[in-house]
Amino acid sequence: MGVTAHESYEEELPAWSLPADARDRIRLPVEWPDRVTREWAWGGSTGAGVRVCILDSGVELDHPLVGPVQRSVAVVRGDEGLRVVENDEGDLCGHGTACAGIVRALAPDCELASARVLGAGYTGGGEILLAGLEWAIEEGFQIVNMSLSTTKRNYVERLHELADRAYFRRTMLVASAHNMPVESFPWRFASVISVGSHEDPDPHTYYYNPSPPVEFFARGVDLDVAWLDGASLRCTGNSFATPHIAGICALVLAKHPELTPFQLKSVLSLTAANVGAAA
Amino acid sequence: MSDLQAAVAAGVLGAEDGYRSLLQATVEVARAIFSARASSVFMLDDERDELVFEAVAGEGASELIGRGFPSSTGIAGWVLVTRQPLVVDDVTADTRFSQEAAESTGYVPKSVMAVPLLVEERALGVLEVLDRRADARVTLAEVDLLGLFANQAAIALDLLQRGRRARAAFEGRGELASLARVAARIESGEGPQRDAALQLLSALERLVGP
Repeated sequence: MGVTAHESYEEELPAWSLPADARDRIRLPVEWPDRVTREWAWGGSTGAGVRVCILDSGVELDHPLVGPVQRSVAVVRGDEGLRVVENDEGDLCGHGTACAGIVRALAPDCELASARVLGAGYTGGGEILLAGLEWAIEEGFQIVNMSLSTTKRNYVERLHELADRAYFRRTMLVASAHNMPVESFPWRFASVISVGSHEDPDPHTYYYNPSPPVEFFARGVDLDVAWLDGASLRCTGNSFATPHIAGICALVLAKHPELTPFQLKSVLSLTAANVGAAA
Repeated sequence: MSDLQAAVAAGVLGAEDGYRSLLQATVEVARAIFSARASSVFMLDDERDELVFEAVAGEGASELIGRGFPSSTGIAGWVLVTRQPLVVDDVTADTRFSQEAAESTGYVPKSVMAVPLLVEERALGVLEVLDRRADARVTLAEVDLLGLFANQAAIALDLLQRGRRARAAFEGRGELASLARVAARIESGEGPQRDAALQLLSALERLVGP
């Protein structure tokens, strides 16, 4: 039996050593095949039941390419600091809707949630980004799509802590790499999956990069994405490669919910188009 | 006017013109390299929370400088808030954007390449290339090339902003204005008053640290 994120985190075990009588408690009887294939990893999966959070500019509700959005919140600044409130304004700039549409296209039966941390007056809102990410981790989403990054160094340490906390609590952060000559985060952290673009038109094709910090490449060139007011636009950018990997992660976790982020990353690498038998 | 003021004025005023030329040259080259109809640099105005046209090459070049629009809307706003480059190939499908563009600039592009202008940890603005040559689909090499131009434009924009701040300080508008005035008075003062002022200044320097 696999354990869920909250159980594993809250259990009061002596986590740093393994007494002989505790071995059974950490048994993970995953039936690994002789060879991990795409068919084993996510063949037939629709992402059913997997909870994906889009940490972005909001998501347009009722967009035909996005479908149902189970939860929509926004981080707002009030008199007593930052609060997470229900968001009925949808998407302020279209970016979150585009990302949500890509996840939905790959994993049609996943549960989508939106946490708005970008938008009007949010420029440079590092605190808002951190608050939104913390909320998503506390809510126990299995996947958080972050097609964004911050360049603010004074948020790096807290962002790093949150990324590690997510990793240990079975929340996989999937973050856009930044192919510009600046330092930005969280995509550079080893505890997230970082994603850049490739030029292939196949949404299911991804590559593992043995020379990090960018760990995976997914479709990010010349694709139709959901846009505001129910529209779609032909776009290019790493922002769109990221939700491809988030969607594929949802497919894998729907079929293999017991996988930890470490194992999920391994499965992704083993099934990448350039690795081993698949190459 | 003291020698100090004159020197600062010459440097500051000359610098702003130079940096503006550098920024203009960057958008001209970006436009040429991508065989585009237009290229622009928008600067983020924090106080107005607007993106303001700072340099324009091609379509609409003369009348757009200084014009602004809300910093988090449209394609430039999207790029600014996410810090991620974006290429859109059929902007006309977005009626909201098309309408806004038509109203504000009189020119509705079909395609837009946009990239954030980042210096160290700050996002200063956005570089856009409109309607690049239509004979090829966008490639990642083009996006990387745009990133290189963005780096250059960001440096020019940063210098321009510094020049403006220095000028504002010199002309007594900015928050450093009083400092500039004090410096000028110390420079033009003499005798015990000047000595006392210099002592006070070095005490202040020790107080605020290295």
